[in-house]
Amino acid sequence: MKCRTCRGPAIIELPRHNANFCAEHFLQMCRRQVEKAIHDHDMLQKTDRVLVAVSGGKDSLAVWDMLVELGYQADGLYIALGIGEYSEESREYTERFAQERNLKLTVVSLRDDYGYDIPTATKVTGRVPCSACGMSKRHLFDKAAVDGGYDVVVTGHNLDDEAAVLFGNALRWDVEYLARQLPVLPSRHGFPKKVKPLIRLTEREMAAWCVIRGIDYIVEECPMAEGNRHIGYKEVLNLLEEKSPGTKSSYYLGFLDRMAPVLAAIAATGADSVTPCIQCGAPTGGEEGSVCAFCRLVERSAAHEPVSVELIRKKSRSQKRVQAEASKK
Amino acid sequence: MKVILRNPRREIEIEGRRRVHALLVELGLPRESHLVIRNGTLVPGDEELDKDDVIEIRPVISGGF
Repeated sequence: MKCRTCRGPAIIELPRHNANFCAEHFLQMCRRQVEKAIHDHDMLQKTDRVLVAVSGGKDSLAVWDMLVELGYQADGLYIALGIGEYSEESREYTERFAQERNLKLTVVSLRDDYGYDIPTATKVTGRVPCSACGMSKRHLFDKAAVDGGYDVVVTGHNLDDEAAVLFGNALRWDVEYLARQLPVLPSRHGFPKKVKPLIRLTEREMAAWCVIRGIDYIVEECPMAEGNRHIGYKEVLNLLEEKSPGTKSSYYLGFLDRMAPVLAAIAATGADSVTPCIQCGAPTGGEEGSVCAFCRLVERSAAHEPVSVELIRKKSRSQKRVQAEASKK
Repeated sequence: MKVILRNPRREIEIEGRRRVHALLVELGLPRESHLVIRNGTLVPGDEELDKDDVIEIRPVISGGF
């Protein structure tokens, strides 16, 4: 197997590009895809102060690595979610990455700074773990960006992530979510600008970037995300991709190119009536004088006794068993 | 060869030589969601793995949102 660019020995095959690459030219391909995404969607300027949302996983460490390599001023923010050993390990990977490269990393701890963690918030809300987790992260990344004077927040969402979300939104015909599923969310109503430079690269490519660049990251899956809907969507899309390489990119990038403009009018409506939360001052969609969802979550979760990851996992497994048995009847 | 699998981490022993593609098919692991690593280096699909190799098959799907 030979590299498409230099004809030297290849280390990875990418059927969606109908090509194989050696390490050097694989990295070059990745950089070009990121630069193209940044350029095509006007994501970043070289003078921007960039805050990267880092989890210790492959995507966020890879995007941080790439942006620094491409000459952006990028600092990291890690949120300690309190998901047992998984969180401890992911924090170690993140801190080591930043330390070895002399990059600035800020750590916010849900337990130490806000008095709760994700397992406890999951128990309190009675919703899936990713719901409390996503909401907490979005709020704290926004807050850190605004407080720290950053121009833009970067997340490590890749092509597989975006294609899976698109698939889920299309399965439900959730038109408002479809209309807003864009790689750039402009700064408005006190929310910072948010961008996703990895939309043209797959999860496999991001994991390969980390292996080649010698980046250690947490390989183990978040124990609370185990078996969630998005993973199922990704598996379905990967089955299609194996049979017809390029399916994921034509699905998502085709959506951006041809469907998002059709939905633009819907994207422009809504969320115009934003008021500051009376507790934390963050912008919220509620009426004048209301408390934002994050402050409500903190209040309820911090008052609850801490809950272990295992307890939530046991509950989730038994709920799935009941659902599976009910569907057989 | 020794094959290290992840999520959860475990090891299995495979008898004899194999091409990377054949090993993934045999283990029922899709290529699009896995990388094969030998001594810290990626191994492409057509490479033959030796019976004495130590291989890591690393899943790449992550799910949290």
